[in-house]
Amino acid sequence: MAGWLDPYESAAVTLTVNGASREVRVPPRRTLADALRDAGLTSVRLGCEHGVCGSCTILLDGTAVRSCLMLAVQGQGHDIETVESLADGDGLSALQQAFDDNDALQCGFCTPGFLMLIESLLRSEPEAGRDRILEVVSSNLCRCTGAVPVFQAALDALAANRDDP
Amino acid sequence: MKPPPFAYAAAGTLDEAVALLDEAGEDAKLLAGGQSLLPLLAFRLARPSHLIDIGGIEGLDTLEEQDGCLRVGALVRHATLERADLNGGWQALREAASLIGHLPIRVRGTFGGSLAHADPASELGVVAAAFDAEIVLRSVRGVRTMPARDFFLAPLTTAADPDEVLVEARFPTPGTGFRSVFEEFSPRIGDFAYASVAAGCRLATDGSARDVRIALGSVGPTPVRALDAEQALSGSFLDDTAIVECARLAAELCDPDAGDWHADGTYRRALVSHLVERALRRLGGGP
Repeated sequence: MAGWLDPYESAAVTLTVNGASREVRVPPRRTLADALRDAGLTSVRLGCEHGVCGSCTILLDGTAVRSCLMLAVQGQGHDIETVESLADGDGLSALQQAFDDNDALQCGFCTPGFLMLIESLLRSEPEAGRDRILEVVSSNLCRCTGAVPVFQAALDALAANRDDP
Repeated sequence: MKPPPFAYAAAGTLDEAVALLDEAGEDAKLLAGGQSLLPLLAFRLARPSHLIDIGGIEGLDTLEEQDGCLRVGALVRHATLERADLNGGWQALREAASLIGHLPIRVRGTFGGSLAHADPASELGVVAAAFDAEIVLRSVRGVRTMPARDFFLAPLTTAADPDEVLVEARFPTPGTGFRSVFEEFSPRIGDFAYASVAAGCRLATDGSARDVRIALGSVGPTPVRALDAEQALSGSFLDDTAIVECARLAAELCDPDAGDWHADGTYRRALVSHLVERALRRLGGGP
């Protein structure tokens, strides 16, 4: 039977992040978001720390999840992607470029979470219509832009992807 | 805030899970998708001594019709349920799942977790109450089943004992032609609903409603079955008079003094009336 990990004891967890395997040592209470930040992936932002703001959104096995609502120990064996994986060298991805074109960011705090949220939609529902895109974009909060430019960037990115997948 | 400290173990099998739960004592909690439990930890509304992670147990994500019922396993994700290939009788289940939180929540959140969490605004609790789900609980002492109406006791409180794991819910397969729908109102997409309605019926050959099921959410400490409204509609045609009367009876179940600062009781009552009407019009073939 699996053994207990004591509250203040750390265990080695192997996380596959952006294609590379990393071993982190974490106590049970450490969230996946904190573990990723501690591992240098500071694109993962912690806003509310209770699953409301969506700034910590990452891809888990290709689908958007909130990394503050997962324990790091639950990340074992899963394929994790953060915004660091989107750009190709210095070149922005088409989605990132759509954010730039639409002024979809001001302070930038929420931006990685939004990018991973919409990246998930691009991959799983490339044919998503306007209402569905609005519903999904409303998962996360942006307190600078009023969210409309983010929605417009998502519309543009999905439209461009349909024309030139 | 960060979660408080707790001991952790990942169960590989259901046998392991119930043994760990028994060993850990009554301050232990189960962790499945974590989409309700982790916020509770962050707010210190829960301070479990031990967490037993059941998320990796194989075979708990059953979703199939078998032996006269639809079995929905504890680890079926909301995102799976909302897209499941189920017949029209289970439409309410799919619609309810699609209204839970936001997409990233539904990707991780589980059916069993939602029922066991027993939030009065939970969509799936209302569906379980409306369609007479049997909740299957397992512990080291054995397996028992319990009707959904006995399972929900109070907000965040169920009749499950501290050593029991919710394994699945079994929804009795309804008669041919049974259809169901789910309606709710929340101020923004993904917010907790101010009121919700699960409704279902079958139309007899003469067009009258049979096997009427109506349950309400967010209007009391637990899901509420609108039995008077069901009885009033049973045998009637789904015309304006019957629909309005049924909606009025369902709304009577909302205590006008029982609201909160989000929505007072009078407002919730008006919402229930409107939502029941909308659900029944859909069951009658309307938009």
